[in-house]
Amino acid sequence: MSKTLNNKANTRVVVGMSGGVDSSVAAYLLKKEGYQVIGIFMKNWDDTDENGVCTATEDYNDVIRVSNQLDIPYYAVNFEKQYWDKVFTYFLEEYKAGRTPNPDVMCNKEIKFKAFLDHAMSLGADFVATGHYARVRRENGRVELLRGVDSNKDQTYFLNALSEEQLQHVLFPIGEIEKPRVREIAKEAELATATKKDSTGICFIGERNFKEFLSKFLPAQEGEMQTLDGQVKGKHDGLMYYTLGQRHGLGIGGAGEPWFVVDKNLEGNILYVGQGYHHPALYSDGLVAEKVNWINDPLSDDSFECTAKFRYRQGDQGVTVTKLSNNKVRVQFHEKQRAITPGQSVVFYNGDVCLGGGTIDEVLKD
Amino acid sequence: MKRIYLDHAATSPVHPEVFAAMKPYYESFFGNPSSIHQFGREARRGLDNSRDYIAKTIGASFDEIIFTSGGTEADNLAIMGYATAHKHEGNHLITTKVEHHGVLHAFEFLEKQGFEVTYLDVNEEGRIYSNSVAEALREDTILVSCMFGNNEVGTVQPIKEIGSLLSEHKAVFHTDAVQAFGMETINVKDLGVDFLAVSAHKLNGPKGIGFLYAKKGITFSPLFYGGEQERKRRAGTENVAGVVGLAKAVELSIKDLDNRRELYNKYRETMLQIFNHENISFKINGDETYYLPHILNVSFPGLSVESMLMNLDLEGVAVSSGSACTAGSIDPSHVLTAMFDDINRSHSAIRFSFGYGLTIEDIREAAERTVKVIKRLTK
Repeated sequence: MSKTLNNKANTRVVVGMSGGVDSSVAAYLLKKEGYQVIGIFMKNWDDTDENGVCTATEDYNDVIRVSNQLDIPYYAVNFEKQYWDKVFTYFLEEYKAGRTPNPDVMCNKEIKFKAFLDHAMSLGADFVATGHYARVRRENGRVELLRGVDSNKDQTYFLNALSEEQLQHVLFPIGEIEKPRVREIAKEAELATATKKDSTGICFIGERNFKEFLSKFLPAQEGEMQTLDGQVKGKHDGLMYYTLGQRHGLGIGGAGEPWFVVDKNLEGNILYVGQGYHHPALYSDGLVAEKVNWINDPLSDDSFECTAKFRYRQGDQGVTVTKLSNNKVRVQFHEKQRAITPGQSVVFYNGDVCLGGGTIDEVLKD
Repeated sequence: MKRIYLDHAATSPVHPEVFAAMKPYYESFFGNPSSIHQFGREARRGLDNSRDYIAKTIGASFDEIIFTSGGTEADNLAIMGYATAHKHEGNHLITTKVEHHGVLHAFEFLEKQGFEVTYLDVNEEGRIYSNSVAEALREDTILVSCMFGNNEVGTVQPIKEIGSLLSEHKAVFHTDAVQAFGMETINVKDLGVDFLAVSAHKLNGPKGIGFLYAKKGITFSPLFYGGEQERKRRAGTENVAGVVGLAKAVELSIKDLDNRRELYNKYRETMLQIFNHENISFKINGDETYYLPHILNVSFPGLSVESMLMNLDLEGVAVSSGSACTAGSIDPSHVLTAMFDDINRSHSAIRFSFGYGLTIEDIREAAERTVKVIKRLTK
C-alpha cells in the first residue's frame, strides 16, 4: 500500500472537484507537480432551479472547463442515495431531537472520505485530494491532520470525524497556502473558476430560506416564547428554527438590551429568551461530548489539557478533557463559554495537530 | 496504450472519402446555392446531385428529401410539423416508450399542447407487441411514429408491418431511422413510411447534417421561418458541404452493407466468447433475432455502470451506458426501464457499438480490458 509520493507520474490522484476555485487550484497544483490527476464531481443532492435545470449542472460545467484547461480526465458520480441515508437523515434526526446538526462534518466522514474515497480506489487511485484548507503530516508511519496554514480558512473543524486510515489516502494541496494566494494562482493560471464566488451555507440548502427548507421536511410546532422566570414574550414558530445565542427573528421589541435565545425546553415546546448578549444563562463551564473520534491513537492519559473549538471560526479555548465510558468525554472550560450548542462539534487540538472531536451532547454549568 | 472507440452509436469518425468530398465545397464551391452567379450554381449543383442521389438510394424522389441539421431536427420537423398542421383532423398520436429523446420529447411537447399520445409498451427484448399499433389506432389518430432500430439496445421494430397496416388508415407513419440507416436496407416505398429521419454523423458523415424523407403530397408546418430553401419547409442557407458529405456517407454505408453486417456480427460473437471464456456473467439486452448488428448492449450483474464507464475510459476503451448522463444523474435509461423491471440489470448495462476503423484485434483487446476491469471491480 504505502506508495511513496516520489514517483508522481505513476501516482494516480483523484481530486474531488466542486466547480469552485479551491478544488480547481488543488487539481491545478497536483497536475503541475506531475501527478496523474483525475477530476471527479460529486452529485449529492437533486435540485432544480426555477427553469427546471439541475443546479449541479452549472457547477459540473465549471469542472469540465477547468479539467479541459488542465488536460485531465473528468467524470461525475452520484452519491445522492448515500448522502440522503447518511447525512440528510442524520440532519433531520438531530433537528427533531432539538439539536443543531453539523452536516458538513458528516458529509466529510461518510461521503467525501468514504463513498468518494472508495470510488476513487476502484479507479486505481493512490490518493484522493480535495480543496480543503487543512494539511496531512506523514511522519514515522503516522498520519496526522494539521490545521491549514491560513488560520482564517482552516477547515479541520469539519474534518474532525475522519480516521487515520482515511487520511492515509488523502492529499490537501491548498492547505499549505492562504486563500488570497489560491485566488492569485487561479488567476495566474487563468482557470475558468478564478473569479467564481465562494459558495456559502449548507450545500443542499444553498442560499435559500432555511426555515422554508426545513419546514418541507419537518412539521413545525408553534409554541411559547418565555423568559426563564416564566414571563410570556410571544410565540415561536417551532423550536428547530432557533439556535442558542441567536438574536435575529425573535420579534421582541421594547426597551432595554436586545433579546437572545438562551435555552430550549423540548418537552414543553418552550423557547427561553433573555436580554443581553452576555445573558448569564448563555454561559457554561463545560460540556459532555458523545461519539468521540480520535484521529490517531487515543492519548493514554485519562485526563489531559488541550485546546478546543466549539464552532467553526472561533479562537482556540483552553480545556481539560476527561475520558468517560461509551466513547464520551467531559470537557471542562478554562474560561466560561457562550452559547455552547448541542449537536455541534467540539474539536480538540494540540498546537497545529487536530486530535479529533465529538458531538456536543450536554452543556454543564457549575 | 491504444485507444479503442466502441461508441459508434453515439457518433462516428468522418470517413476520409467523406472529408475529401466535402473539402472543395469549403474551398472552391463555397457559393450560396440561392445565388444567381456561377459560384451559386456550383454550390447548387452539389446540393441537387446529393439530393438526387440520396432520394434514389431510398426509393424516393428528388423533392421528397429535406435537409436538416440532423436527426433530432428531422424527427421534430415530421412530428411537430405534421401534428400541428393537421390538428383539425384528429387529436390522437401514437409512438413507443423506447424512442430516442428527439422523438419522445417532441411528443411530450405536443401532449402539453393538448394532443393525446399513446406510448406503446415493448417486450423484454425491446420490441413492440404485434397488433399493438392496430389496437391503439383510433379514428382520430393522425400520426404514428416508431423507430426503426433502437439506439441503446439495437432492437429492430416491425416497420414494414406497421407501414402496411397504416396503408388502410388516414394516419401518417414516421420512423426514426437514425440508428438503423446504413445497417438495414431501406426503401421507403417498400416500408410504407411517410416520414423517415436520418443523421449523417452516425454514418461516418459530418455532424450537423441529416435529412427527412417526406412523402410527396403530405403537408406539414415548418419549424423555421425565413428564406425559401427546401421548398419553404426548412429556411436557412443550406449546409452544402455537409449535404455533400452526407451523400457520400450514404453511398459508403450502402455499398458494403452486407459485409459490414457480417463483420459486426463477428465482433459481437468475439466479445461474447471472450466474456464466456473468462467466466464473466452477463445478460444481453435486446432482441436476438431482430437487431442492429453494430449495437451490443450487455448487463454485468452486480456492477455499477458509473464505475465501469470510468474504469474502461481509463483503460482506453470508450463505451457508453444506455443514454448520455450529465452531472452524475443516474436516471435509469427509459429504454431499459420500458423493457424490464429490474433496476440492477439496467444499472449495469453497457453499450458497445461498432463501426468504421475497427479490427478484430481491437475487439479482442477491448473485451480483454473489459474483463480485466470487471474482475478488478468484483474482486
